Amino acid sequence: MAKGKVVLALGDDISTDIIYPGRFMATVLPKETPQFAFVDNAEFNRRLKAKEIPAGSVIAAGKNFGCGSSREQAVSCLKGYDLAVVAKGIARIFLQSAINLGLNIVICPEVEAAAGDELEIAEGKVRNLTSGKSFAITPLPKARQAIIDAGGLIPYTRDLLLARR
Amino acid sequence: MGMTYAQKLLAKACGRTQAAVGDVLEPPVSLAMSHENGALVINQFDEIFQGTGREAKVWNPERIALIFDHRVPAESAKTATNQKKIREFVAKQGIRKFHDVRGDVGGVCHQILPENGYVRPGYVVVGTDSHTTSHGALGAFSFGVGATEMASVWTLGRILNVEVPGTIKVVVDGKFPEGVYPKDLILHLIGKVTSEGANFKVFEFHGAAIRAMSTSGRLVLCNMSVEAGATSGLVPPDEETRRYLKEEAGVREPLDCFGPDSDAVYDQTITIDASRLEPQIACPHTVDNVKPISAVAGKKVQQIVIGSCTNGRLDDLEIAARILKGRRVVDGTRLLVFPASWRIYREAMKSGALADLAAAGAVICNPGCGPCLGVHQGALGDKEVALATTNRNFKGRMGNPNAEVYLCSPAVAAASAITGAITDPRTLTVPQGAR
Repeated sequence: MAKGKVVLALGDDISTDIIYPGRFMATVLPKETPQFAFVDNAEFNRRLKAKEIPAGSVIAAGKNFGCGSSREQAVSCLKGYDLAVVAKGIARIFLQSAINLGLNIVICPEVEAAAGDELEIAEGKVRNLTSGKSFAITPLPKARQAIIDAGGLIPYTRDLLLARR
Repeated sequence: MGMTYAQKLLAKACGRTQAAVGDVLEPPVSLAMSHENGALVINQFDEIFQGTGREAKVWNPERIALIFDHRVPAESAKTATNQKKIREFVAKQGIRKFHDVRGDVGGVCHQILPENGYVRPGYVVVGTDSHTTSHGALGAFSFGVGATEMASVWTLGRILNVEVPGTIKVVVDGKFPEGVYPKDLILHLIGKVTSEGANFKVFEFHGAAIRAMSTSGRLVLCNMSVEAGATSGLVPPDEETRRYLKEEAGVREPLDCFGPDSDAVYDQTITIDASRLEPQIACPHTVDNVKPISAVAGKKVQQIVIGSCTNGRLDDLEIAARILKGRRVVDGTRLLVFPASWRIYREAMKSGALADLAAAGAVICNPGCGPCLGVHQGALGDKEVALATTNRNFKGRMGNPNAEVYLCSPAVAAASAITGAITDPRTLTVPQGAR
């Protein structure tokens, strides 16, 4: 169970070009990418860098979040601040990369959340503590749970490698 | 029960007789492609091996391709250093499918793979680039992955947790009218399906218009399938696939060509009559915001881009050159041309297309991803409008969040370069020779 405040409420089709613009793609390392998270949203980017946004804060989004480029920077830059994403829908590559890197990501097709709302992410549902409404979570594909449980794809793959003779 | 092309391909790849939609498979990977983001893959790959006591060796260097295309020649010291790191890795691991910054074998990954015969029907292909969907044009199940996923593939030689996807069958009959191209077809389809309508599914293309289409056109369809969210776009292989791989890609080995079962079950079937299409434009800021050209004709544009992995092939350049020959890119509008590979560049040089384009005022740039994603050349100024044959028009895409990008076919791009506004090539009234 996790609680967090919505620090950014977004609409549908938020592409990886918005999350992490292509012009910063030469920067690749997860420890360096957070500085460019939502960089074209100058105020939000400033608040992130100034550490004004606590870990566990939530980005609420509409359908098709993370669409477009497969650039993993768009995931690692959010993971760097330990943000959570609650979206009505998530594009395939972004979803898989979020699981692989351990970004807390929740698919919640009916979610209603405005900036400033307090959300509680619990077993099977997202509760908006500000509005008092609850919304069902679409479970992640089952096979992905093993990767999450292992702490991400790197340790998961490492275990498979070591199991091999 | 009958299987779709994707089901059949994935079952075969895993040595099974059946693959039901939703089954989770771990198919061996036939080809694993990365570009400059290979630098991040190397970082994640090294991390997997850390503390294992094992030597960090890729599973099979013959099945890995690395291609420099996103920022070539390097635009910054950072990129140059990443490219250097990849070169060292390639040498150490013995990777031979490596395409450096070169005028003979270089180019954009989604052209390099087909033209070198690296992709075959029945292959499972992954790439750290979302437009890896392109290679379904040659009958491969081909899709984009993140860098960490690729590091896992480099280690294990298989891709974990692939759900057998449901399939949307797209049947395209009829003949394309004059001035209408595969780009217009795929934009029309994306507009219909929406940007997430095919998320976690695949397109399977059929019909007389597909059978009559060149591999170049099929690559356009599959390239942009991801813009509807599709995991892959697939054209079951046929005579044209064999012809292309044999004659244009120099493949000598026998090909494993098969089609879907006749009683395959599809999630949905979409039928399109190509003869009824008109040129299509994707308007800002989503690729599914598609309108017929009549709705946006006359919109002023300051930059036009012809090229990219979507529409930078020889036929695209020649269509543009035919329209621009003896005409002039209007003042106040700049035209940038990015051939998809150096082979195409040289062919277009030989055919005279590049000379005609340059004589009209186009700037011929080197093959690369360049302005498509705003990383290298061709950035837009504030409030400028671009018209491009590329594949995305997201806010900020061409290097500036305060600019707009419209997407179109090479014919529309060329006609619009003459007028400085979005123009239907079929209505162009400026006569050739009217410089």
